[in-house]
Amino acid sequence: MKKVLIVDDEPNILMSLEFLMKKNGYKVFIARDGSEALGTVQDELPDVVILDIMMPEVDGYEVCEFIKKKVDANIKVVFLTAKGKESDFEKGYEVGADFYMTKPFSTKKLVDKVNELAN
Amino acid sequence: MGIEWVVIILSSAYLGLLFVIAGWAEKNANKQWLSNPYIYALSLAVYCTAWTFYGSVGRAANQGLDFLTTYMGPILMAPLFWLVLRKIIRICKAQRITSIADFISARYGKSLFLGAFATIICILAIIPYISIQLKAISSSFRIFSADVAGSKGLFFNDSAFYLMVILAVFTIFFGSRKIDASQKNTGLITVVAFESLFKLFAFVVLGFYVTYGLFNGFSDIFIKSSELPYFERLITIDPVDGYGDWFWLNILSFLAIILLPRQFHVAVKENNDENHLKKAIWLFPLYLFLINVFVLPIALGGNLLFPGNSVDADTYVLVMPLAQGNTFLALLVFLGGFSAATSMIIVSTSALSIMISNNLMIPGILRSEFLSKKLNPQLNKVVLRGRQLMIVVMLMLAYLYYKYIGQPFPLVSIGLISFVGVAQFAPSAIGGMFWKGGNYKGAIASLTVGFLVWMFTLVLPTIVNAKLIDATILNEGLFGLSWLKPQAFLGVDFSNNVSQGFMWSILCNGLAYVGVSALTSQSIKETNQAEVFVDIFKYSTVYESAIVWKGQAFITDIKNLLSMFLGKRRTDLAFERFSDRNAIEQGTIEADFRVVNFAEKLLSGAVGSASARVLMSSVVKEEEIKLEEVFNILQETQRYITDNKELKKKSVELETAGVKLRQANKELTKLDELKDEFISTVTHEMRTPITSIRALSEIINDNEDLKTEERAKFLDTIVEETKRMERLINQVLDLEKIESGKLEIPFSTIHLNDVANESVRKVKQLISEKGIALSTNLHGKLPLVKGNRDRLVQVILNLMSNAIKFCDNSNGEITITTSTRNGSVELSVSDNGPGVPKDSQKLIFEAFYQAKNQTLKKPEGSGLGLTICKKIIDKHEGSIWIENGAESGAVVAFSLPKLKL
Repeated sequence: MKKVLIVDDEPNILMSLEFLMKKNGYKVFIARDGSEALGTVQDELPDVVILDIMMPEVDGYEVCEFIKKKVDANIKVVFLTAKGKESDFEKGYEVGADFYMTKPFSTKKLVDKVNELAN
Repeated sequence: MGIEWVVIILSSAYLGLLFVIAGWAEKNANKQWLSNPYIYALSLAVYCTAWTFYGSVGRAANQGLDFLTTYMGPILMAPLFWLVLRKIIRICKAQRITSIADFISARYGKSLFLGAFATIICILAIIPYISIQLKAISSSFRIFSADVAGSKGLFFNDSAFYLMVILAVFTIFFGSRKIDASQKNTGLITVVAFESLFKLFAFVVLGFYVTYGLFNGFSDIFIKSSELPYFERLITIDPVDGYGDWFWLNILSFLAIILLPRQFHVAVKENNDENHLKKAIWLFPLYLFLINVFVLPIALGGNLLFPGNSVDADTYVLVMPLAQGNTFLALLVFLGGFSAATSMIIVSTSALSIMISNNLMIPGILRSEFLSKKLNPQLNKVVLRGRQLMIVVMLMLAYLYYKYIGQPFPLVSIGLISFVGVAQFAPSAIGGMFWKGGNYKGAIASLTVGFLVWMFTLVLPTIVNAKLIDATILNEGLFGLSWLKPQAFLGVDFSNNVSQGFMWSILCNGLAYVGVSALTSQSIKETNQAEVFVDIFKYSTVYESAIVWKGQAFITDIKNLLSMFLGKRRTDLAFERFSDRNAIEQGTIEADFRVVNFAEKLLSGAVGSASARVLMSSVVKEEEIKLEEVFNILQETQRYITDNKELKKKSVELETAGVKLRQANKELTKLDELKDEFISTVTHEMRTPITSIRALSEIINDNEDLKTEERAKFLDTIVEETKRMERLINQVLDLEKIESGKLEIPFSTIHLNDVANESVRKVKQLISEKGIALSTNLHGKLPLVKGNRDRLVQVILNLMSNAIKFCDNSNGEITITTSTRNGSVELSVSDNGPGVPKDSQKLIFEAFYQAKNQTLKKPEGSGLGLTICKKIIDKHEGSIWIENGAESGAVVAFSLPKLKL
């Protein structure tokens, strides 16, 4: 079973994402902020991480950089964020993201992308 | 080895040290730090000579507080440095004036005669003064060697003679190396500053030794001396003549600090930067204070230790440590006195030598056709050698005076007579600087009268005392007229001859100056100079154009003349720079007035202004100028200055306008940025609920097989998020309404306690559900305020909902307090949560502060609540702020102005 880690500080978004990923056959892990995510990534080594950017203390960019450089560059990272500016995109890919998706998002598109990256 | 050899070796070593310091400073002369205000202020302390070092104590021991007058005058003058000294410095820089004689000569049309006259007065006044320095050194030397024969023996047995030779060499080396006297002698000045420090150090060490070593502090000395029979006389002012003496002697030293040639030399000629005066204004008086603090204790201590005039009080400072067997201290004191004497001699002789060469020697050479032809090719060398020769001659004269005339006088009396001599320059020099009407004839009258009265009342008695002429003139008066007695001039007989002589000489002198100036008229040349001197601050920027001149001259002639004194290389260089600065084309043949003035100024630096004038007139054919022309040119100059000022004013205005524009632009940009930021934050805040709504809706749509409870949960969430959106939209609209002034907020008279109670009622239930303790602390006699009840409830509810969010999770406490302070009514809501960091306490009222600061834990809410509160309170003309509670938690409070009845 492939593993997905969802990182977001909005409980309602977490709820919907958790449902979606479980429904599509993933083992789901949840982190409510950046620092929690750092721990879970190291413990569980997920295949895909769905990552919000604006979070207290450790933001999404830092989490992504940490995953790609310090943990395993093969872990796929999908940014899922309300930050929609061109420069935010660029920065996301700069720190090593595999995909960048803005909120609000299409559930179908997200599931397709995660499936593609996980395999 | 006898102690006298130790003294000789020490003084030689000390002089050697001076050579080393001077050489080193000269080598580093271009270093910025050597031209600093401290060295400048210390160099002014060349004022304190051996007379201060030995004589003050002597005078205090015999006459009491009198000695202070010599230092109080300068201290009174120091605050005026910025007014008087700065003006002199500015004038001298503009005109390359290098001595007080030159200054007077330049002011009155660059008169040769006045320059020469002033120089002679200086020589007569200063030579005796230098001689007392020699005397001080040689008598201090004799204290060690017990050699009474010293001054009476032949010159090669006399320490003063050898000292004179060494000092001559030193002064020649470091005081007169440069032909252009307006150039700075860094080596000389550094040495003088060093000596000032050294003599202060030596004297203060001795002061401590006497006050705390030989006695038990100041009070001990004074208590013991109060038993001396003449104690009262020493520490009070004589009620008969004393106050008059004090007055006149203070005025005397007040003038001397500016007019003494050596003070002029260090304060004006060697000044690098006018701003150094700012330090000197307080540092120099401080120095004088420090060097005088111990004078009275030492003098009284000496009187106690050596009763009945057994020891000459002028030598107390040396005899006191020697009598206690403290040779080391005595040697230090000796060197201190030595340094005081040497610095005075060095500076005075170099100042005098420049004065003599510029005002007597060069004019003499120029006048004699034979000499000027013969010396023509090496005039610059002649000037330099002449100056050096003069240093030797001055020292020789001082030595002879010391050996044959000056012996019977105490140090102080000769010093004061010198002071009175140079004080005669006051009306013509200082008066001429502030009064345009003072003229050449007035100056001649002033100097002549002052000089004669000075000679008669003060110098003549010293000659009589030296037994060079008969004493009848003292006792019976000139021509046997009793009102012409030198020491009771016009029948006035002060107990103090100096103050009497000074009073008469300066009164007659001043009267002659003003009277003759008022009754006679000025020449054109003089008018020029008077204008420049009095209004130097107006002219120093446009100096070159401010001179009225008409004539014809050729640049080659002028250059040839300058090369004779300055050398070809320096002349060419100076001309090149001047032409560049003034846009004079190369190959110009005829010189205009600017070139003539410039050349004359350059020459003045080398030979003095009067001689420079004479030299220039040999190559320039001048025309007589009519009065109308003068007026025209002066008016033009004036207009030019006014235009210039106008222009400056305009450009300043433009600049201010530019700054304001930039400021406005910046503010606009900032506003724009704020608006952008606001919009992007609002849309961002909206994305979050929309995201949930869309995702959940899609899930419900795509999954028909959802469990009922799951579907219900998702639908509930959708509704919840929609409400969140609604709240946000309402608040944005609210804010917009308040900001644009569209929202009407009708005011009525209300009681803030009622508002607080209403708010509490509204949240009571929520608060008790969350288990938070709410208490109110309402002021019993709260004044009424004007305000809008509903909006204020909104504010309080908002503050309370924040408090609910942030207060302690398990044991939450919230308190609402009302109070009065300084005519306003306050309401605060405090919680027991984590509080707000200091640096965020202001920012927190900005829109979406939380969203922008990701380190804060994101609570529920739009991020606009406090911003809206602030807007509402602003409308009430109140203020809102946040602070941390005494123990923990945050206190958000607002205040409203009390209702005015």
